[in-house]
Amino acid sequence: MSKPQPMRMREMVVVREISRLLIPFILLFALYVQFHGDFGPGGGFQAGVIFAAGLVLYGLVYGLDALKRAVPPRLIEVLAAGGVLLYGGVGVTTMLMGGQFLEYKVLDAHHGEHWGLLLIEGAVGITVTAAMTAIFYAFAGRDTARDEESR
Amino acid sequence: MTVEPLLFGFLIVMAVVIIRMRSLLAAAMLSGIFSLISAGLFVLMDAVDVAFTEAAVGAGISTVLFLGTLALTPTQEKQGKFKVLPLLAVIITGLVLLWGIADMPYYGDPNAPVHVYLAPDYIQGTAEHFHIPNIVTAVLGSYRGYDTFGETTVIFTAATGVLLLLAYRRQDQDQLVPEPPETEGEE
Repeated sequence: MSKPQPMRMREMVVVREISRLLIPFILLFALYVQFHGDFGPGGGFQAGVIFAAGLVLYGLVYGLDALKRAVPPRLIEVLAAGGVLLYGGVGVTTMLMGGQFLEYKVLDAHHGEHWGLLLIEGAVGITVTAAMTAIFYAFAGRDTARDEESR
Repeated sequence: MTVEPLLFGFLIVMAVVIIRMRSLLAAAMLSGIFSLISAGLFVLMDAVDVAFTEAAVGAGISTVLFLGTLALTPTQEKQGKFKVLPLLAVIITGLVLLWGIADMPYYGDPNAPVHVYLAPDYIQGTAEHFHIPNIVTAVLGSYRGYDTFGETTVIFTAATGVLLLLAYRRQDQDQLVPEPPETEGEE
């Protein structure tokens, strides 16, 4: 992991093309894990980590700047807090609608539980994706910083 | 059933190799493999959700973060002096853990406390109240909604901490410490 590494990764045809093929499927798989969590294994946490892994792979192969153009760090910070707010917001909403904190069944007569779980799993997914990407930004950003200094 | 002893054997071998390894890069990669084997074990124990998480976090993201950290640190572990006290602490802790295992119910024992009253409640309740096929999701989101909220907050706090410690300090340092003149000359 010395300084010419990012350039070399981008120049490797096999790595670049295989990543280009795989990244859409990784992101799609993350969405499947997210929204199929009620029926099969998976849920917000796993989906968030897989989505972040797809983003990190993109960042590793195409460089940190390309990833920052696709997903700005500012957006990541807002999403990390937004997920927690959404989760807490669902709880407060159920309280305002006459239930207890996170008592989903007051949201809707028939599908309240489904709506509640969908929303909180989504909130977990958003926060986990954003948190993992933010941590990656923090570490990889330092790497480039040192490269620039030593150059 | 026959694969499990092999995987557990691999785990032990991997742990010993990681301890003896001086190259930090190799240790980081091997810890990724360690996580992957653990994920395989979780699949064999029918804990697919946990296996998912272990494979994605342990083998995927953590390895990348380890490598990112290695870019900032030396690649070789320093040769430390042999110390008796830490070894004793580890041995005693290990013995206490082994002693504790003796009291645990066997894996898959139908008479284990958790299978007698807690698990049946969740299995019945999920079908009656929540109408969701995946019981794990019902436990995480409905029965243990507060815990999951707490976990989400913990992850958010972790990210905030890393950002505050790593991402924003550099800008301050740039302002405080002027760049040495020879770096500009090289460029």
